[in-house]
Amino acid sequence: MNTSEQVIEVTDLRRVYGGEFEAVRGVSFSVGRGELFALLGTNGAGKTSTVELLEGLAPPSGGQVRVLGHDPYTERAKVRPHIGVMLQEGGFSSELTVGETVRMWAGCTSGARPEREALALVGLSRRADVRVKQLSGGEKRRLDLACAILGRPEVLFLDEPTTGLDAEGRQETWELVRELRETGTTVVLTTHYLEEAEGLADRLAILHAGRIAVTGTPAEVTASQPSRISFELPAGYFPGDLPPLASLGITDHELEGRMLRLHTLELQRAATELLVWAQRAGVELRGLDIRSGSLEEAFLRIAREASRTSEMTAEKEHVA
Amino acid sequence: MSAETVTKAAQAGTPATAARRMTALARAELTLLGRSKATFFAALFVPLIMPFSLRTAVEDMDLEEAGLSVGSVILPSAVGFSLLFAVYSALVSVYAARREELVLKRLRTGELRDVEILAGAALPSVLIGLVQCVVLTVACAALLDVGAPEAPHLAVLGLLLGLVMWPAIAAVVASFSRSLEGAQVAAMPLLLVSMMGSGTFIPFELMPDRLAAVCELLPLSPVITLIRGGWTGDLGGYEALGAIATAVAWLVLSVFAVQRWFRWEPRH
Repeated sequence: MNTSEQVIEVTDLRRVYGGEFEAVRGVSFSVGRGELFALLGTNGAGKTSTVELLEGLAPPSGGQVRVLGHDPYTERAKVRPHIGVMLQEGGFSSELTVGETVRMWAGCTSGARPEREALALVGLSRRADVRVKQLSGGEKRRLDLACAILGRPEVLFLDEPTTGLDAEGRQETWELVRELRETGTTVVLTTHYLEEAEGLADRLAILHAGRIAVTGTPAEVTASQPSRISFELPAGYFPGDLPPLASLGITDHELEGRMLRLHTLELQRAATELLVWAQRAGVELRGLDIRSGSLEEAFLRIAREASRTSEMTAEKEHVA
Repeated sequence: MSAETVTKAAQAGTPATAARRMTALARAELTLLGRSKATFFAALFVPLIMPFSLRTAVEDMDLEEAGLSVGSVILPSAVGFSLLFAVYSALVSVYAARREELVLKRLRTGELRDVEILAGAALPSVLIGLVQCVVLTVACAALLDVGAPEAPHLAVLGLLLGLVMWPAIAAVVASFSRSLEGAQVAAMPLLLVSMMGSGTFIPFELMPDRLAAVCELLPLSPVITLIRGGWTGDLGGYEALGAIATAVAWLVLSVFAVQRWFRWEPRH
C-alpha cells in the first residue's frame, strides 16, 4: 500500500446556499491514505458544509472534490461502498430497536460486518433490543458510529462524533477511532473539542467563515502560535515602567484593568528577562502565568481576529 | 486507485445488490408500520370498511339505466379506497416522518440510490394495497354477485398503474409540508377530491356530462374506469386508451415532480 497516496483531494471548494450565503469559500486540502485529518472551527465556520460535499450529499458550487479518485457526487456508486459516514445529527427511526437499525443498514452495505460485531465495537451489545427513542444522546452517537463502520470503510467521515458523550464515552470513541486508523482507515473528523483534534489528528485545519485559517500538524500549528505571559502590574507601575517590550521579544501586549498580557515567540528569553527585571526592581508579579502556544490559543486568536474583521466588514457594508 | 481496483474491492464480501438493499429497507418499514397504530389502522381497516358503508347509498342509485350493478360500482370503489388509504395517505406520512427524523438524509449517505430509498420505503404499503385489492375483489365477487371480469387485462393494468402512480404522488405531496402533522393535512385535499370526483362515491355515468369529463382527468379516475371496464367489459377501445393515457400522464408528471421537488431533509 502506498502511504503517500492522496485519498481525498479538495481544490478551491465552494458552497453557496440559496444563491446568497457562501458557507465554504475556497477551501483546499488533501488527506493521505491512513491519515486522520481534523477540521476544527467555531459553529458556522463551514465544517459540516465542507464534509457534506466530501460525502457527496450535494454538488459543490465551485471547485473540485476527489475521494478515492472519483467525484463523490456524480460518481456516487463508485465511492459509496468504500466510505462510512456519521452525520452530525441522528437519522434513525425512533421506533426501531438498535438491532433492527443495524440489521437494516447491514442489508444496505457491501461486505457488512456481522451486526453483533458492529454493536460490540461501539459498546452497544446489551442495548440491541432497546428502541432508538430510549437511547441517551451518547448512545445514539455510538449507534451512528456502528452504522458508519459497518462496511469496514476505507474512508470514514465523522461529523462531531463525540458531541453529547460523557468523558468516558468520549475516551472509548477516541480509542475506537485510533484502532480504525491503525488498521489503515483514513479518517476525516470535524470537532469543536480542541483536545480531540490535538490527541487524534495527524494533521488539522482550522476553518473560519468558510476559509482555512491555519493548517498543519498539531505541533506545527501550535508552534506557529505566540506564547503568553500574563501578570498583574505591581501597584504604582505602568507598562512604560517595564523594560522596552520589543527588546524582550514581545510582539504584542494587552492591558485589561491591571492585568497585562504579553505575547512572544521567544518564550524563554522573554520570561527570563522579565523575571530578572522584577527581581532587580524588587517587585512581585501577582497572578503570574506563563504558557506556551497551544491549539486553544490558535483557535481563540483566529476566532478573535476573524470577529474583528467581520465587524469591520459589517461596518463597511453598513456604510456602503 | 483505478476504477478496476475499486470494483474488485466492492466485490469482496457480500455485495449489496439493489434488491437486497430495498428488501432491508422494506423490512424495517414494515416493522415501523406495525408499530404506528394510527397509520396501521387507517391503512388496514378503513379500506375494508368503506365499501360496506357505501352499499346502502349505491343501492338507492338509479344504476340500471347506466348499465351498472351494485357490485360493479362498489368493487372499483373498494380498490380506489385501498389505493387512497393504504398506499397514498400512508406513504405521505411515511415520507414526511422519515424526512423529519433525518432518516432519508442518513440513507442517502449509504449505497442506496435515491429511487431505491423511495421504492424500498413504499414497498410494504404497496404490498398491503395489493393484498387488500385482491381480498376486496374476491369478497365483492362473492358477496355482491359481480361474477368474473369480462376484460381482466384492463382491470390488472388499472391496478398496476394505480400501485405505481400513488406512491409517486405521495412523495410529491409529502414534499409540501414541514412536519408529519402538516403532511397529514397536505394529504387531505387530494384524498377528498378523489373520493368525491373519481367515481368512487358517484359513478361518472351518473354525473352531468361536463362534470364527468373534468372528473375523468383526476389521477384516481383512470384506475377506477379501467377496473370497472375490466369487470363490465363495456369499455370501448378508445375509452380504454384515454384512461391509460390519463394514468400514464399522471405517472410521468409525478415522477418528474419527485425528481424536481422531493425534499430529502427538513427545511432549516
